[in-house]
Amino acid sequence: MDQRRADPRGELVRPYAVTRGRTEPRQDIALEAVLTASPTQVAESRFAGHDKHRIATVCEGRAQSLAEIAAYTRMPLGVARVLVADMVAESLLTLHTAAPAEGFEERMELLGRVLSGLRRL
Amino acid sequence: MDFAGYDPAGGRQSPGIVSAKIVVAGGFGVGKTTLVGSISEITPLTTEAVMTAAGVGIDDPSKVPGKETTTVAMDFGRITMAQDLILYLFGTPGQTRFWFMWDEIIRGAVGAAVLVDTRRITDAFAPLDYFENRNLPYVVALNRFDGAPQYELEEVREALAISPQVPLVMTDARHRESVKQVLVTVVEHAMLRLQAEHGRGSPTPVG
Repeated sequence: MDQRRADPRGELVRPYAVTRGRTEPRQDIALEAVLTASPTQVAESRFAGHDKHRIATVCEGRAQSLAEIAAYTRMPLGVARVLVADMVAESLLTLHTAAPAEGFEERMELLGRVLSGLRRL
Repeated sequence: MDFAGYDPAGGRQSPGIVSAKIVVAGGFGVGKTTLVGSISEITPLTTEAVMTAAGVGIDDPSKVPGKETTTVAMDFGRITMAQDLILYLFGTPGQTRFWFMWDEIIRGAVGAAVLVDTRRITDAFAPLDYFENRNLPYVVALNRFDGAPQYELEEVREALAISPQVPLVMTDARHRESVKQVLVTVVEHAMLRLQAEHGRGSPTPVG
């Protein structure tokens, strides 16, 4: 899980205590990927530490993206990403799908929905 | 082309909530956050990524004397379109030394709008150059600033050497309707591109 990938940007070290020094998330989560927490998940997150509980609370009753979680909790993005990936693995958060990257029909359908959503604004 | 009635056969049931993202790019102070704020349902938020000095070669150490880390901020907004569909608008960090952050921001995006300030037109070269070399559909939007020189769109297209395939529109980043039109243009352009790629039988996923 802690496998290091060769990063073409050079070595980026984010030595954050809250992630216990880990800089690589268990799972790559897109900035815009949305997460939700049920009341049960929020309650269970109390036992997972202060930071994870804050994250779960932010996602209770309203889907929030990774970027929003980082902004509302004032955590740097890299830290939020590690914690959110942990919480998804621990079933403390539910990860929803970001935009489909493949499949003509699926991508066209999404674009069509975004377009009509914009026109309705 | 009008995609308003587009309804692919099958109507695949997508589970959960889907999010999509449009990127708003451009030079420093070109009005990216203003544009996002004009249409976002939330006051634009800022998220910060902390980079250490190990990111040298990209960052300019002289700008952060004696500092081990530097912070890259990006602003973003949100439009909840349906219970199961959220559109996010991400502004790119203005400083070109943060190019590597742009790669993360554009990954998986529907498309991008590159904002151009006609008073500082040369600031647009670097962002345009960036998108020319990425496989992401983008449009160019001239942000109309009060008292700024008014150019014809085609004059600007020529000056910035924007390819004829790239839509070029005028906007006022302060006005919701105008911003909405820019975003509609981005999505329509993305659909045309996707259809063209599909027709050629060479799907090219972004990122």
